[in-house]
Amino acid sequence: MSNKRNFGFDTRMLHAGHIPDSMVGARAVPIFQTTSYVFNDADQAAQLFELKQYGNIYTRISNPTTASFEERVASLENGTGAVAVASGMAAQFAVFMTLLAPGDEIVASSHLYGGTMTQLVHTLKKLSITVHFVDPSDITSWEKAITPKTRALYGEIIGNPGGTILDLEPLSALAKSHCIPLIVDSTFATPYLCRPLDWGATIVVHSATKFIGGHGTSIGGVVVESGKFDYTRYPTIADPSPSYHGLRFYDTFGHYGFLMKLRCETVRDTGACISPMNSFLLLQGLETLSLRMDRHVANAQAVAEFLAQHPRVTAVRYAGLPDHPHFERAKKYLPQGPGAVFAFNIKPSSGDARAAGKKFIESLQLFSHLANIGDARSLVIHPASTTHQQLSDEELSMGGIGPDTIRLSIGLENREDLLWDLDQALRAV
Amino acid sequence: MGLGSSTACSISLNTSFTPEQRARYQNDDVIQDILRSAKTIAMVGLSADKQKASHFVASYLLYEGYRVIPVTPRNGEILGQTCYPDLKSVPGKIDLVDIFRPSHEVMGLMEDAIAVGAKAVWTQLRILDFDAAEKAIAAGLNVIMDKCVKMEHGRYQGGLHWAGMNTEIITARRAKA
Repeated sequence: MSNKRNFGFDTRMLHAGHIPDSMVGARAVPIFQTTSYVFNDADQAAQLFELKQYGNIYTRISNPTTASFEERVASLENGTGAVAVASGMAAQFAVFMTLLAPGDEIVASSHLYGGTMTQLVHTLKKLSITVHFVDPSDITSWEKAITPKTRALYGEIIGNPGGTILDLEPLSALAKSHCIPLIVDSTFATPYLCRPLDWGATIVVHSATKFIGGHGTSIGGVVVESGKFDYTRYPTIADPSPSYHGLRFYDTFGHYGFLMKLRCETVRDTGACISPMNSFLLLQGLETLSLRMDRHVANAQAVAEFLAQHPRVTAVRYAGLPDHPHFERAKKYLPQGPGAVFAFNIKPSSGDARAAGKKFIESLQLFSHLANIGDARSLVIHPASTTHQQLSDEELSMGGIGPDTIRLSIGLENREDLLWDLDQALRAV
Repeated sequence: MGLGSSTACSISLNTSFTPEQRARYQNDDVIQDILRSAKTIAMVGLSADKQKASHFVASYLLYEGYRVIPVTPRNGEILGQTCYPDLKSVPGKIDLVDIFRPSHEVMGLMEDAIAVGAKAVWTQLRILDFDAAEKAIAAGLNVIMDKCVKMEHGRYQGGLHWAGMNTEIITARRAKA
């Protein structure tokens, strides 16, 4: 009876979340650069403020350009919906602020972006939320860290910068057995390489600044939710909300309850909204996501293989190499390739690892030395002195970072040019 | 904004139904047909509590121009609409019966809906009775189960999209005014 079409990933990259409107018919997603929206009448205004009508009030809460970006990401992740915010850091913070209350705990992988580590350790501590860090590869360490106060598990699909792969299937089973959500930062993978919700995760967060935008132009973040989690025992979502006249978000909005609460309370109150212009630029990125990611991972694989053979390199931590401990796991969860960001260690010529790293970075001609990943261009950084410099030596080694570690984000340039540049810089060390 | 002609997309999220059950009890052509043609909606179990889901749905449907009739043992009015104790007491014809009552009450309500000549019956999220649904289908009624009228209206009217939700509608056709 039903001949309804399941449209493919590439089709949804281009079409999901945008229907040409009746008045103008613009084919591209229009940029609604407006703060606010004129109400039809006083009744509609009241209905909107009580969340009884769908619609836009103020761009801090929602915006039509941003809505297209949100629905497109939700579609690509197979999620029930999404909320876009100012940055990846804002996205994960909005998730924590929506789920957690003072006294709650989360269990997190120790292989995380340095900025995430400081948010978890220091900022959440101010809100009386405790984070227990565990070795992400050891499922029993996750299990042991769970207490009756644990409200979520948190990890990055591809660990930064050790290249470890989160074992989504047993981890989501563990979360499920404790009736808590698994939150996955899937920034390094993008929905093209891995869709954590399909493996049982409840919430996915992205720094859309990276491969989703793909061109290093715009900061943005996005939260996607599965719509399958039972929030009945999460008072922050199930209990009457004092800021909405006792509205019970989970009861009233069902599988949209978490995202409605996140948008209409957390983001409304904390204010980290995304600019409509940035939503537009991130949408432009999504339209070529699969094409770019195929090239990113092919180039990354070639560079990793080249470095692994290089006499001036001691270790390459890319899960696309057979000697990486998660090579098989990467094939399972990221069959098109384990991303395009990885780290390697330089063999110091005179014994000073830090000086060798400095000399190497300053000798590169094509790789841009900056604090970002996921640009169309190739990027390089020395984590111990930059992205992870707020961390102690112990935290650094827990995250698999040494003074001789160099992190690369491989771009879309000619492969031979990237190999040439790395080779000449390594020889200069 | 509405979509005009029906879309041919697979609406598969947030349902426990098999594809065959979706085609029979959540058919999106039937959903769009009901939403387009219905004018009078009897809401069984509509709550007077302003923060209940049923109240949200009723208030939404009234604003969207539907006539809403509360069917509840409560006397008086809800949202300015006169309450009736059961479907059989409702004067005039009913286009859609929207059920906000537990699954075990669905069979009796379906029988009433058939008896009063309603054109369609809809059970809200997680309210299921397959035998009752089959009985209503056999009597010529359109049946939708385990869906929210407000969410589905929002899906095809465009509002759900504004909330960042995945409508699963993919089309390059221009929306109808």
